[in-house]
Amino acid sequence: MLLQVLASGLSAGSIYALMALALVITYKTTEVPNFAQGDMAMVSAFIAYMFLTDFQTGFIVAFGAALVFAFLLGVGFEGLVLRRMRNPTHLNLIIMTLGFTLALFGLAGWKWGADQRRFPFPVSASEVVRLGGVSVSTLSVATILIAAVLMVVVFAFFRFTKLGIAMQATQQDPIAARINGVPTRAVVGLTFGISSVIGSVAALLTAPLITLDPTLMWDALLKGFAAAVLGGLNTPVGAVLGGYLLGVIENLFGAYVSVEFKSVVAFLIIVIVLWFRPSGLFGRHHERKV
Amino acid sequence: MIQSSRDHYADIRLFSGRGSWLKLALLLVVLVSLPLVLPGYRVFTLNYMAVFVIVGLGMNVLVGDTGQISLGHAGFLAIGAYTTVLLMTRLGMPFPFALPIAGCVSALFGFLLGLPALRLAGPYLAIATLGFGLAITQIIAHSALFGGHMGLVVPDATLGPFSLSGDVSKYYLIVGVAVVLALGVRNLSVTRVGRAFRAIRDNEIAAATMGVDVAYYKTLSFAVSAALTGVAGGLLALMTGFISPGVFTFTLSLMFLAMVVFGGLGSIPGAILGSIVMGYLNLEMDAFQELPVLGRALEDFSERFMSTVGLPNFGWVVTGMLIVFTILLEPQGLYGLWIRALKAIKRSKSADANSSLPGPGAN
Repeated sequence: MLLQVLASGLSAGSIYALMALALVITYKTTEVPNFAQGDMAMVSAFIAYMFLTDFQTGFIVAFGAALVFAFLLGVGFEGLVLRRMRNPTHLNLIIMTLGFTLALFGLAGWKWGADQRRFPFPVSASEVVRLGGVSVSTLSVATILIAAVLMVVVFAFFRFTKLGIAMQATQQDPIAARINGVPTRAVVGLTFGISSVIGSVAALLTAPLITLDPTLMWDALLKGFAAAVLGGLNTPVGAVLGGYLLGVIENLFGAYVSVEFKSVVAFLIIVIVLWFRPSGLFGRHHERKV
Repeated sequence: MIQSSRDHYADIRLFSGRGSWLKLALLLVVLVSLPLVLPGYRVFTLNYMAVFVIVGLGMNVLVGDTGQISLGHAGFLAIGAYTTVLLMTRLGMPFPFALPIAGCVSALFGFLLGLPALRLAGPYLAIATLGFGLAITQIIAHSALFGGHMGLVVPDATLGPFSLSGDVSKYYLIVGVAVVLALGVRNLSVTRVGRAFRAIRDNEIAAATMGVDVAYYKTLSFAVSAALTGVAGGLLALMTGFISPGVFTFTLSLMFLAMVVFGGLGSIPGAILGSIVMGYLNLEMDAFQELPVLGRALEDFSERFMSTVGLPNFGWVVTGMLIVFTILLEPQGLYGLWIRALKAIKRSKSADANSSLPGPGAN
């Protein structure tokens, strides 16, 4: 029973971890929590859906198109909207992400309606494999593997490539990075692109699990933020661990306390962490910049 | 936080003075006579807008004055609505008592939520309120006490000897409350508390240096804002006669934000105007096809490129775009445009006076 709960917690946690990672890498770069992250990913999932059903393409083409779209959407949002602001205070930047998310939500609802659609996916959510006494759906296995591989790739990219190191430098100190020859503007745009791609992978893995509709990523957005707060808003690794931890805690709560109020766990965790350890479990204390 | 290149004192002078009492009296006459001249179904629309105006006043205190943000005010609206209804049905409390208590309960929740989130610098309030707004509807939808997904029917209310069953009598109550609260918020903004709010908004560190207890005033602002929204929730329950969790969505919270952004952050007339516009938009969302000229074009466009069933969602696109373009083009919203217009008129007047020789018409 416990192993079973852990397995489903890990599967849900993979999606939260992806969302948390996507949120944290842009937050570290701009100090703006991107509340449009969820709906940007949702629209990307609809793009995949459009390719699959309207254009009858294969999965590789459809998912590739969705990821390319997500990348362009992220870069475009940063370059055409966030950077064009006249008065880019923190408040205005947050408001901008909210306006953008509402517009995307409306566009998706206008184009595809509010009815719930089944999202075609190469592996099924009902087919079950048994692994040492635990039965897991093939979709869960795929989710865990894809998320883990993607996160390893992202961390390797940040750690070992020149571009990744330039991104880290920009996150730590944009002015120093620019003095040292990092094209910070391009790097910030790229960060939003990568973040959007990570988020849309989470959406593509969420859509077959539930159904596809414009509210697809509301829950995942909240869970991503809860995971990031739990692990530490400034630490990508912490946020990812926070995602897995949240998935497990949530499923434990669902199994032993109450299924109906499972969604409230994320909110409670946010409040508890803010009370007792605001920098998150794995984060260092964040100094405010004056 | 909200920077203004315009001269602050000149801006104030445009609005204060002896004329403002006259304007208020005129406004009251208009408000009293509106339901007498408008057709009955329009009074319902007015009530809806007035409820939005009260929420707008609350959002303005929080976002406009204090520079903090909430993505969960639909949650406070729900708390106000459900508290009012439950006090009336379960405890048999009369509406005039239930409503202020609902405001207090909402404020208490605001206080409890704001306390941990607001002592920290950073985007924590936004994140916590996002969770709050989504959690509240979940709790309501799964509790028998709150009627679950099915919702609750609101009993008929009375105000002393007056019945509050017709739209017109509700109108006078809701608009009356809105006017009183607007004056209260206006007064709050010129007191020590209001100045502390704005000091925090403009520069938190400077405010703390000057002796403003930042965490206390931020939490106070959040509680005041939640209280106003709670009262609005009680009035919403009264005017619609039925409440269910489906009303209090995340997108509604974002719409509440949109109305103060569009109206002009920090301006009470702006917040009121923005709320009226958004309240109307929210109510008329199902009927875009019926708009003159534009409706036909929208329907054609929907058929060709989007979908006709999804047309009501066009309202969210408009709301989102209003936020985006307001922040991009005129961060102070309608209020900013109004100030610009007044300045332009003033400048052209003084230019006239300077260029022409003093004559019988000039002074």
